[in-house]
Amino acid sequence: MIIGQIKDGIVLDHITAGKSIQIYDILGLGKLDCTVAMIKNAESKKMGKKDIIKIGRVIDIDFAVLGYIDPGITVNIISDGKLVKREHLSLPEKVTGIIKCKNPRCITSCEQELTQEFRLVDREKKIYRCVYCESQAPKESLG
Amino acid sequence: MKNLIDIMELSTEEIDGLIKTALDIIENPDKYAESCKRKKLATLFFEPSTRTRLSFEAAMYELGGNVIGFSEANSSSASKGESVADTVKVVGCYADIIAMRHPKEGAPLVATRTAGVPVINAGDGGHNHPTQTLADLLTIYREKGGFNNLTIGLCGDLKFGRTVHSLISAMSRYEGIKFVLISPDELKVPRYIITDVLEKKNIPYEEVSSLEKAMPDLDILYMTRVQKERFFNEADYLRLKDSYILTPEKLSNAKKDLSILHPLPRVNEISVAIDSDPRACYFKQVLNGKYMRMALILKLLEVNV
Repeated sequence: MIIGQIKDGIVLDHITAGKSIQIYDILGLGKLDCTVAMIKNAESKKMGKKDIIKIGRVIDIDFAVLGYIDPGITVNIISDGKLVKREHLSLPEKVTGIIKCKNPRCITSCEQELTQEFRLVDREKKIYRCVYCESQAPKESLG
Repeated sequence: MKNLIDIMELSTEEIDGLIKTALDIIENPDKYAESCKRKKLATLFFEPSTRTRLSFEAAMYELGGNVIGFSEANSSSASKGESVADTVKVVGCYADIIAMRHPKEGAPLVATRTAGVPVINAGDGGHNHPTQTLADLLTIYREKGGFNNLTIGLCGDLKFGRTVHSLISAMSRYEGIKFVLISPDELKVPRYIITDVLEKKNIPYEEVSSLEKAMPDLDILYMTRVQKERFFNEADYLRLKDSYILTPEKLSNAKKDLSILHPLPRVNEISVAIDSDPRACYFKQVLNGKYMRMALILKLLEVNV
């Protein structure tokens, strides 16, 4: 399968195989009017299989959200057909608005307008805790 | 702006400073009698807690200050649906410092963002209760002369007991501490306290189910109540509430200088017959709580005496 190179835009590379649809939804790529290509299960020397997303325009991306969902992603910014910036993601120290605290005793359970905030307490084990009640976030929980 | 939401926000040096102030208050109460004159403490108690609220109020009055506030959510605008952020923003216009109890965990942290005055967490659900830990620490200090080289037994509800979690965290910063965690299986210390605090700092601990067997090694026995309000299921509460009851017989093989602590209120987990035992420290703990709250109010209001 051949998908052409993009002139200006973003290539999200080294996505864990199977996660591209989730990322497509979270980043709201369905709302864009430019070309967006999603490649699933591409061959990868490093990963065996990987997903790739190509976006035909440079858009603002919340790296914290992306890093939380899949910290191994490489973000390549392409301008005029050339790679101008490469960003290797890592787990963000703080994640805002994407994990929902499940603790029924947490203040966020009754005050819905409060922003859901989680902080990284163990990078190795990928453990996030709610800043309000310190409950552990279910791994890779979203929304 | 300084607040106190979690005991671990205070360094050991700051705790030493609070203890020093509290001891000076005990020795020289008159020196502090007008130290908070014209200052107002707001006690915002969204759930009832007579003991903690009265302790804060007594503390402020003994510093020469005044107290405003409410003692249950029904008598506040929370019953009309007002957010915590809005309530404390309004109260911050009237008071110089806020002590807040709320059934929802994290509510005092939310309060710190809009209050504009220092906020003290006076208990948030099953989460934190730092001023109880300050009371515990002053009691341990006065009974034992310091915090190092102690074997501390924690008994009862170690799962939902927020004072237990805070005390483990606070005491884990001292040398030669060993914990004996005495509880039924259903009420064991949460796994994250074991991994994030005890194992991370290589602190020796054992989890046991027999109070009698653990007793001879203990320097401090911290008893807790199995709290009905922390259970969703009444059947579970009824089954576990009498798990550990301290009686004079169970103390027969305890050290002569054991100190028995309890955050109170007690239901039946410490026999009344033990109250006259010189090792019973739980009523001294109440008084120590007031002194530490006085020291904390002075610190957060930046009043130097």
